[in-house]
Amino acid sequence: MAEAVFLALAVITIGSAIAALELRSLIYGSIALMGTLGGIAGFFFLLDAPFVALFQLAVYVGSIAVLILFTVMLVKRELIFKKIEDKRRKFVGIGLMLVIMVSLGAVFLDSGIKTITTDEPSPNFRDIGIDFVTYYWPALILMGLLLAGSVTGALVLAKREDVENDQRAS
Amino acid sequence: MTSELVDFTLVSVALLGIGIYGLAVKRNFIRMLFAVEIIINAANLNIVAFGRFLPHSGGQTMALFSIAIAAAEVAVGLSLIIVAYRMYQNVDIADFRSLKG
Repeated sequence: MAEAVFLALAVITIGSAIAALELRSLIYGSIALMGTLGGIAGFFFLLDAPFVALFQLAVYVGSIAVLILFTVMLVKRELIFKKIEDKRRKFVGIGLMLVIMVSLGAVFLDSGIKTITTDEPSPNFRDIGIDFVTYYWPALILMGLLLAGSVTGALVLAKREDVENDQRAS
Repeated sequence: MTSELVDFTLVSVALLGIGIYGLAVKRNFIRMLFAVEIIINAANLNIVAFGRFLPHSGGQTMALFSIAIAAAEVAVGLSLIIVAYRMYQNVDIADFRSLKG
């Protein structure tokens, strides 16, 4: 049962990752990217990490994908449907992808991680919470500052300077 | 749990390969951001899988940090896309060459 779920999730994740990069329309591409992110959340459920899975669903599928969709809507219509890519680089890119997949996959298959199994229970969200407020508290504060800074930076970057406030109101 | 650690790492490797293909071939700024997202997610999957099989709670904690930082990165990346689009009326990165010497 778990194997079938795993295979279905793998097909959904990898297929929609390819679709996100190859579909002609950027809007369908971003919806396919949502599929990839949701598939990863499914893998987190399979790995007994429901907290991370729900965080992934809330942050990625809920906010980042919607943010990307809104940005795509700001772009001109003909640019959304135009495929911009280097034709010459296409085969090189596919070759690079295959080299990475085959070499890293062979390394993983040949290494000792095939024999790693565990019967111990998964670390639950209580451990994660204790981790956050004890060992990782400086990193947590830094992360909050970084998020605040990046949102402020994004707002400052996207602000239009050529439009005055009274023009914007009309 | 019947799935092995190596299965998750293989999915992660496949996603990494697809993301690198996208970064190498596509010239659309938004699509390159998609590729970066796919690579980040492959890394998160690897981190959580190894954390599950050790087992250690550090993996999930690290993945949560990684997801939050990726959210910040996407916010800045999308605002850069908007600024570049406003300047050049295009999302083709071959057009963004005002820094070229």
